[in-house]
Amino acid sequence: MEQKAPQSDVPTAGGEMLLEVRGLSKSYPGVQALADACFDLRRGEVHALVGENGAGKSTLARIISGVSRPDGGTMVLRGKPYAPATKHQAERMGVRMVMQELNLIGTLSVAENIFFDHLPHRLGLIDYNRLHTDAKAVMAEVALDDIDPARRVDTLGVARQQMVEIASALSRRCDLLILDEPTAALSDAETALLFEQIRRLKAGGAGIIYISHRLEEIQRLADRITVLRNGYLVATSAADGICLDKIVRLMVGREVKDLQRGGRREFTGVGLRVSGLCRGDLVRNVSLEVRRGEILGLAGLMGSGRTETLRAIFGADRPEKGSIFLHDSPRPARIRSPRDAVRQGIALLTEDRKQQGLLLPLSVRVNITLTNLLLVARLGWIRPAQECRTAERFARALAVRCASDRQRVVELSGGNQQKVVIAKWLFRNCDVLLFDEPTRGIDVGAKFEIYRLLGDLASQGKAVLVVSSDLKELLVLCDNIAVISAGRLVTVFERKDFSQDRILAAALSEYMGTTKISGQSPPGIVQ
Amino acid sequence: MTDPNSIIPKPPFTGMPCGNNNATAEPLSSPLGDPRSFFTVALMEYLGMLVVLGGLVGVFGLLTEHFLSAQNFMTIANQIPCATIIAVGMTFVLIIGGIDLSVGSVLALGSVVLGVSMVQYHVPLPLAVIGCLAAGLVCGAINGLVTITWSLPSFIVTLGMLEIARGATYLITPRTQYIGSAVQVVAETTLGGLSVTFLIALVIVAAGQVVLSRSVFGRYMIAIGTNEEVVRLSGVDPRPIKLAVFTLCGFLAALAAVFDTSRTGSAVPNAGEGYELQAIAAVVIGGTSLMGGRGSVVRSFFGVLIIAVLSSGLAQIGAEDSTKRLITGCVIVAAVILDHYRQRLRKAA
Repeated sequence: MEQKAPQSDVPTAGGEMLLEVRGLSKSYPGVQALADACFDLRRGEVHALVGENGAGKSTLARIISGVSRPDGGTMVLRGKPYAPATKHQAERMGVRMVMQELNLIGTLSVAENIFFDHLPHRLGLIDYNRLHTDAKAVMAEVALDDIDPARRVDTLGVARQQMVEIASALSRRCDLLILDEPTAALSDAETALLFEQIRRLKAGGAGIIYISHRLEEIQRLADRITVLRNGYLVATSAADGICLDKIVRLMVGREVKDLQRGGRREFTGVGLRVSGLCRGDLVRNVSLEVRRGEILGLAGLMGSGRTETLRAIFGADRPEKGSIFLHDSPRPARIRSPRDAVRQGIALLTEDRKQQGLLLPLSVRVNITLTNLLLVARLGWIRPAQECRTAERFARALAVRCASDRQRVVELSGGNQQKVVIAKWLFRNCDVLLFDEPTRGIDVGAKFEIYRLLGDLASQGKAVLVVSSDLKELLVLCDNIAVISAGRLVTVFERKDFSQDRILAAALSEYMGTTKISGQSPPGIVQ
Repeated sequence: MTDPNSIIPKPPFTGMPCGNNNATAEPLSSPLGDPRSFFTVALMEYLGMLVVLGGLVGVFGLLTEHFLSAQNFMTIANQIPCATIIAVGMTFVLIIGGIDLSVGSVLALGSVVLGVSMVQYHVPLPLAVIGCLAAGLVCGAINGLVTITWSLPSFIVTLGMLEIARGATYLITPRTQYIGSAVQVVAETTLGGLSVTFLIALVIVAAGQVVLSRSVFGRYMIAIGTNEEVVRLSGVDPRPIKLAVFTLCGFLAALAAVFDTSRTGSAVPNAGEGYELQAIAAVVIGGTSLMGGRGSVVRSFFGVLIIAVLSSGLAQIGAEDSTKRLITGCVIVAAVILDHYRQRLRKAA
């Protein structure tokens, strides 16, 4: 091969060079997001970018897809200089990105979103028949065929929305597809489907840049892996020539010990008992118990009612039936709103931290103290010195990487944003903690920190209920795992009985024979 | 495993209310987390508006003989208390992401309540003022209650109130009520040459700014305007706060009615027409976001001043009403464009 990338002294899959990046750099106020990055991508190749939060992966992706412009450096696409000024320009040249954040228009239909910038039309009117037929075809490829294309996007769950966004990218010709954390919200079955689509694109000669924190996934999918750290590109290597440990070491720049569960924790009484909770189709007669000092996992497929259960407990959506008992109390707690829940010591860390967890344009400080503002106030007046000290202490305790507690949360990376959310609930000092996807979109280093935090919280006698799509995460983290399937709590596994197969079987149990899931090959967590 | 307490900050909040002894130990600049002095920060915040205001004053000073006179400034000062007070309430409403279109009508309603009770029922001034303020309070509270109970857009609800309050005003009296000196005493009381109404308005601006930036209530307002769902899921009920803001806005409109009535000595049923748009213009010139979550009371006051200076100056150079409106409109848009650049500068800094 004539052209050869500087770092890749290993043979690579794929054909001719598609994109070459030379000396790209970008800085934001106070941060060198990307420094002198050199990177290349061939046709028919999946090139993975890995790195901790804020390592510069997304920055690189945003520059390539025309969302941001670099401070310096050049790019060459198909042998021609390439410097897109806007995302639109990049898309016209066949470069597309599926962003980490959902970029859908909630009030429009699924079909309208998929074909948003090339709606089929006749005489200026949208041709809905064609639109829906075309949409159905694209949706079938990503297993959305059970959804009406005319359905409003905001009535779908996050995972389904993510699939819609991917479908939208797949619906158009693209030479270079960038996927930024596409599987963060996907179940294993959906992930498998996505991979199938990626392989199809790859076979068609497209180049794919794939950003993910899930390293097993990357090893399965990628041809080459590039590791970034603090804005610098530290290594590029063929995927099969590198082991997971090495990647992790390169990412964090230090040894990471696998999570060791601490000594057995003592369970002291019941922190939270839910009895016969019902709400709609997705919470059907759920009863569960979390003891103080226990971490109870809540496993289940996407859309099986895990989030809905947490929201019903928290009073965010009012349950139709059922009672909630707190702290060994024989009488049911009266929870009619999140306010009631928080007052009685329940905290909910929502799945969608940007829309439901954080005040993005406001400072780290304001976000942390929001849950318990009266603690840093006297007679209704905020005491700035005290608020500042409190916020700083919590930010430091959780190792939130920010310039100061006055920095706006929107400027932080995903992992640091999540730490701010946790800080805000620690500040409230709740006893019953409901975590919905606590490590979603977070890098390995930060993940372990959060696991350790959860363990410590349980050791302090808090009752912790964790929902996660990452089954392995639940396996290391939890004392017991309850499995929800189609809104029913089907079984609870004790730690000694943990096994991926059995949990997965339980998660599928209520769907057997009723929906298409049973017809597919078992989505299993393939290694 | 490490000691849990090394990771999780110990709850410091049990027992005594925390930190009251060392809160004052730190210099003021430190809690702001900003090495620059308080005045530098204040100057940066208000510099743009001061330049615009100074520029307008300078231009009119050059163009006319009498503009740069104490007498003229005093006249302006005595004209603006009403607009200023309404602008304070409007700033709050806009910050929580709402809007109040009914302030002008509520002002008229308060005004005729005051006028009719004094002229027809011979109620003493203090009692009549209380009646007027109560009318505003009730209108504001209805705005707030309807908005939060059915989660309606406040635009629609207050648009309804704009008509309702105006209709109620004409129901009470279709004619101008001449009260005369009995009520003019309020506006004519002076302190150091300035009308006491102007001084009260200044105090309200200062208080409004402090409430916004330093009180729990103000913090909740900003948070609600930024993302109400986050506030709700953080265990803070946004509804009472929204209700309070709308009620306050109605109350301030009624207070403005007292000042307006006392300035002219009569209660007019068509008073306050267009005040809502003027107030919104002043607040927006001050850089408060119509989307909520961002704003400043002091800057709204500068907005009021800019509009007042412009109007007075244009009148003195003999501009016609049509020209005045045209230019005022341009200034509003220009101010918002300027604010756009100010925001970008601040983000880059």
